[in-house]
Amino acid sequence: MSGTTQGKMQLSGRGLICVRGGREVFSGLDFAAAAGEAVSVVGRNGAGKTSLLRLIAGLLVPAAGTIVLDGGDGELTLPEQCHYLGHRDALKPALSVTENLTFWADFLGGERADPAETLATVGLDHATHLPAGFLSAGQRRRLSLARLLTVRRPVWLLDEPTNALDVAGQDMFGGLMRQHLSRGGMIVAATHAPLGIESRELRIGGVA
Amino acid sequence: MTALSALVRRDIRIALRVGGGALIGVLFFLTVVVLMPFAVGPDLALLSRLGPAILWLGALLASLLTLDRLFMADHEDGSLDLITMSRTPLELACAAKALAHWLAAGLPLIVATPVLGLLLNLDMVATGAVALTLLAGTPALTFTGMIGAALAVTLHRGGLLMAVLVLPLSIPVLIFGVAASQAVIVGPMTFGAPFSILCALSLVSLVIGPFAAAASLRHGLD
Repeated sequence: MSGTTQGKMQLSGRGLICVRGGREVFSGLDFAAAAGEAVSVVGRNGAGKTSLLRLIAGLLVPAAGTIVLDGGDGELTLPEQCHYLGHRDALKPALSVTENLTFWADFLGGERADPAETLATVGLDHATHLPAGFLSAGQRRRLSLARLLTVRRPVWLLDEPTNALDVAGQDMFGGLMRQHLSRGGMIVAATHAPLGIESRELRIGGVA
Repeated sequence: MTALSALVRRDIRIALRVGGGALIGVLFFLTVVVLMPFAVGPDLALLSRLGPAILWLGALLASLLTLDRLFMADHEDGSLDLITMSRTPLELACAAKALAHWLAAGLPLIVATPVLGLLLNLDMVATGAVALTLLAGTPALTFTGMIGAALAVTLHRGGLLMAVLVLPLSIPVLIFGVAASQAVIVGPMTFGAPFSILCALSLVSLVIGPFAAAASLRHGLD
């Protein structure tokens, strides 16, 4: 994927309707994010922030509407070009920090960075051989962030990304997001706390 | 290929570590077979007649014991979301997970069979026949059981349902596995016919299992 195609990338959704368990979560939702832009999805609890992220990630099927990524890699589907960072961190407690990270790097494939370097970036280089089961909540979150850095994907879908991170961790994460955007990446984040970077606000389901 | 081998290696590694569950199946198998001679009594002729059936029943139940966790663990910690989104087709990922499960939980059962054959008064040839039929038949148990494991994720807390769904599918495997072993021990049937059918059952399940499991997982996305 060359830098020129990334420059023209745009992620957009039109007329999205999401139905879960027979209840309409939201309807007629439109959004757009161009390369280098972040969208922060805000709304009260249960407004459908997570549902929107899962729609983009292809983990839910919209009742109506379309989501497209213009200017992306034509041979890959939208979910294949996304990183999804959800409430559950996809870490195996029995495996060490390095084993967890290298597994996802090998499995997800594509362009990748050195896992040892990204672990240093997120501040876990002292714990590489520790089983993930011994990590604190904040350290687990840092390890999940290392996955986003190790495997390159243009779109980051983040669900409450700053949860469990300490102040220094939030600063570090803010820097990482800015770096991702400056490379032409896109971020869609569901959040209650301020994201720490400049972002366009997308409000779902009335006033919070 | 790197993606699939990474998945196989990860699953085997998790299964073999403490609390991973690979040894639970073997321990269950050992317990069932070791207790059987005490329940049946010291009639050696009867024991060797029942031997293949006991070994097969033990192996069947042992391989189903840990199978319901095949996708559940990945579902609970969110790994399944990432696997679904990835560039690897879900069918192949399912096949890789089943292969890893068979290597970690099915193969040890076959390795343990010669030892347990001694307890059931089976001679070398009979033990070899049972081990060979298990080698040919247990992949079928894993790959059909995988369908039930995928449904258990979709239906939430479907552990019991899985046993109900999967056991009928494993009956043909049991019938032909025991028939082939008995053919070697007492005759008069030939070994070839039931053994070929057993191999065919395994090959069919290798093809159908991953597709059915992947379809079930995709349908159950939420």
